[in-house]
Amino acid sequence: MSTSNSVSDPVERDSASELAKLDRKIILATQAGLPVHERPFDLVANEVESDPLIVKQRFNAMLEDGRIRRIGLVPNHYRLGYVANGMSVWDIDDADAEAAGKEVGALDMVSHCYLRPRALPDWPYNLFAMVHGHYHEEVLDKIEQIAQLLGDKVRARDILFSTRILKKTGLRIS
Amino acid sequence: MDTLDRQIINQFQGDFPIVDRPFLALAEKLDISESEVMTRIRFMLDDGLLTRFGPLYNIDKMGGTFSLCAMQVPKDNFDNIADIVNQFQEVAHNYERDHRLNMWFVLAAESKSELDETIKRIEQATGLMVFNFPKQREFYVNFQLSI
Repeated sequence: MSTSNSVSDPVERDSASELAKLDRKIILATQAGLPVHERPFDLVANEVESDPLIVKQRFNAMLEDGRIRRIGLVPNHYRLGYVANGMSVWDIDDADAEAAGKEVGALDMVSHCYLRPRALPDWPYNLFAMVHGHYHEEVLDKIEQIAQLLGDKVRARDILFSTRILKKTGLRIS
Repeated sequence: MDTLDRQIINQFQGDFPIVDRPFLALAEKLDISESEVMTRIRFMLDDGLLTRFGPLYNIDKMGGTFSLCAMQVPKDNFDNIADIVNQFQEVAHNYERDHRLNMWFVLAAESKSELDETIKRIEQATGLMVFNFPKQREFYVNFQLSI
């Protein structure tokens, strides 16, 4: 990665912007998925008019800096029987919230874990953890385990099950 | 779906090898042929057992702003309000949930000011207050289903 100092060098800056352009092309070409082909990175390179070696380097770079979370198969939760999902929400003292989030995020079956602002008096909860299971009771059991883990750090808690998907479009860049 | 399909799913939710012939690398791990791995993955994609295959981009790092929002929607007007909210292209996901705050949606916008503006427009269009819960901290979760 270029440092801010090296980016001020015109040559470095040009190559940084070239890379940003290439990365954008790669993202656009693959945000819907990679081709299931013997040489998928060759196909991507062809599409973005680059070289497979460079394309592979860019994927590694984006994995390293976090722009790509991971590369792999994404199973359909619902089709695989994970039909219950509960958004568990917790009111944790701000001083303990960071540590609590790390503990909860490390648990199996928690797919997302965030700190968010409260909206008092309507909404006292600051820690959100999405929990998945095959059925309602499994999700409730899992949330009881989280409650035990957090112990007396929990001032209040609730769980919101989704009852209907109203809209689901992927987050896309254009 | 058989044992081999399960093995493929369990092993390749992450760490897809970035090499010239990645499916060959997967096949060698499972001691089957490259073409069998590809055929099975294609089938599971077509069949809907797999949502997709490829990089999972972290859209937060691409520029743009996101937030989780919620509203308390009167039950007798719920579907009508859902239609109004869903018409906003900034609304990416929207779920009904069993709580007093019964509509939860994710807003995606180019900037924070655009996001705030969208919230105002949704409030005007629905006559309801929008609770905004932007994330302050995300905890890294390596969520992979074991099936």
